[in-house]
Amino acid sequence: MPETSSRPLLDPAEMASCIERLAKEICESHRGSKQLALVGVHKRGVPLAQRIAAAMKAMPCAEVQLGTIDITQYRDDLKQMKSLPKLEGSDIAFDVNDTHVVICDEVLYTGRTVRAALDELLDHGRPARVQLAVLVERPGREFPIQPDYVGIHAEASTEERVCVRFAEVDGRDQVYIQPSNLKDA
Amino acid sequence: MTPRKDLLDIASLTDEEIQFVLDNAVPFKDLFKRSVKKVPTLKGQTVLPLFYEASTRTRSSFEVAATRLSADIIQFDVDSSSVTKGESVLDTVETLEAMKVDYIVVRHKQSGIPNLIARNTRASVINAGDGFHAHPTQALLDAFTIKETVSSVIGRKVVIVGDIKHSRVARSTSLILRRLGMKVAYLAPGSLMPRDVPDEVKVLNTWDELWAWQPEIIYLLRVQMERQREPFFPSVSEYHKVYGMTDDRLARARAEGLYVMHPGPVNRGVELTDNVMTYERSLINQQVENGIAVRMSVLYWLRPGAGVEA
Repeated sequence: MPETSSRPLLDPAEMASCIERLAKEICESHRGSKQLALVGVHKRGVPLAQRIAAAMKAMPCAEVQLGTIDITQYRDDLKQMKSLPKLEGSDIAFDVNDTHVVICDEVLYTGRTVRAALDELLDHGRPARVQLAVLVERPGREFPIQPDYVGIHAEASTEERVCVRFAEVDGRDQVYIQPSNLKDA
Repeated sequence: MTPRKDLLDIASLTDEEIQFVLDNAVPFKDLFKRSVKKVPTLKGQTVLPLFYEASTRTRSSFEVAATRLSADIIQFDVDSSSVTKGESVLDTVETLEAMKVDYIVVRHKQSGIPNLIARNTRASVINAGDGFHAHPTQALLDAFTIKETVSSVIGRKVVIVGDIKHSRVARSTSLILRRLGMKVAYLAPGSLMPRDVPDEVKVLNTWDELWAWQPEIIYLLRVQMERQREPFFPSVSEYHKVYGMTDDRLARARAEGLYVMHPGPVNRGVELTDNVMTYERSLINQQVENGIAVRMSVLYWLRPGAGVEA
């Protein structure tokens, strides 16, 4: 455990089964979709989308495209940020027009990231439908945005932060809650 | 990376800042392939090009960059404005300040004018070329173009050919390339070689010496007729023969697989032969395209009023 004051939410095995379930649900609700794509929001929505896509490969479902979105340019707090992030860029190589797109992000909190991701996605084309898959859903929405697929619901106060860690980015799989004034472990 | 207020020269940038601007230019360039070539980064912000010296390329490059970041561009024509009536630079800046301009892109024939403006405005100031001093966005786009072309830049050899003495491009580009670990040499007529060549820069006198140094990139400078009060070389054809990239030298560059760069606009038949323009290893068009991406990256990083007490 990274911090004594943090509480665990998911261990690696539980994370895997959440992702498996997300894949299954997306698969089932897209039986008829001709063009399906998962788009991961940088940074940790990217490994989430990759893992869901990998799990879907083993299931009888439509072929799925993968993409990434870097929302930095679309943030509503860019002018207030003390430090500017290095840009990762978006990678959407497929045709967004008429595609069913599932935006993947690790945590849904205020909904501002999803708003930015939607705006950016629409600059790539006109999707047939856009849905949202998240590993963790927590209270605190500041926009009318709700998820379509949820790995786990977590109760967390405004003083707490839900941290999702992926082996691809962080070297380990883990979900935990810690006080938001603590530095990232 | 902490945002900065102004970009005035390469010398005042840290290595991390140079890297930050160059790295971010990559996703900006990818944007050009999208159907909507625009991001909302500078929505509601105004960019004003303040060009006291003629320029088509640099000015439009900045304007395209600002447009793709959703900024509004205010045209300020110094020729027809009160500048010609003797209004001082600082009077103009005061006016722009009152107009709440966010970014001022300055070009001036006198060195140091962008610095002077930057000290007197809350707006972010970008130096788009001042006298013989600096042209930082040109240097950044040159560095970006080389990084994009060769796998690793460390130890690469770049020779800059032409009017080094009167060239702010040479000054800024030479500096950034050395900062990135490249080796730089100058080839110029004695009258156009600066007296203060940095120790790390190799001085070459002839093309024979240039070939012997075995550069990988030949960077040709524009012969700036307008900057010479007295002629520094006997004639244009003489310059071409002795220092220009002639057809024969192009043939050798091709045989050795060397890249050719030029900041534009080119004087065909002076610093280079027509055929350089269609040479497969000419990076000249790439430089133009990269100029937009790099300037977007600079605009993304700079923030009006950064570091200034409110």
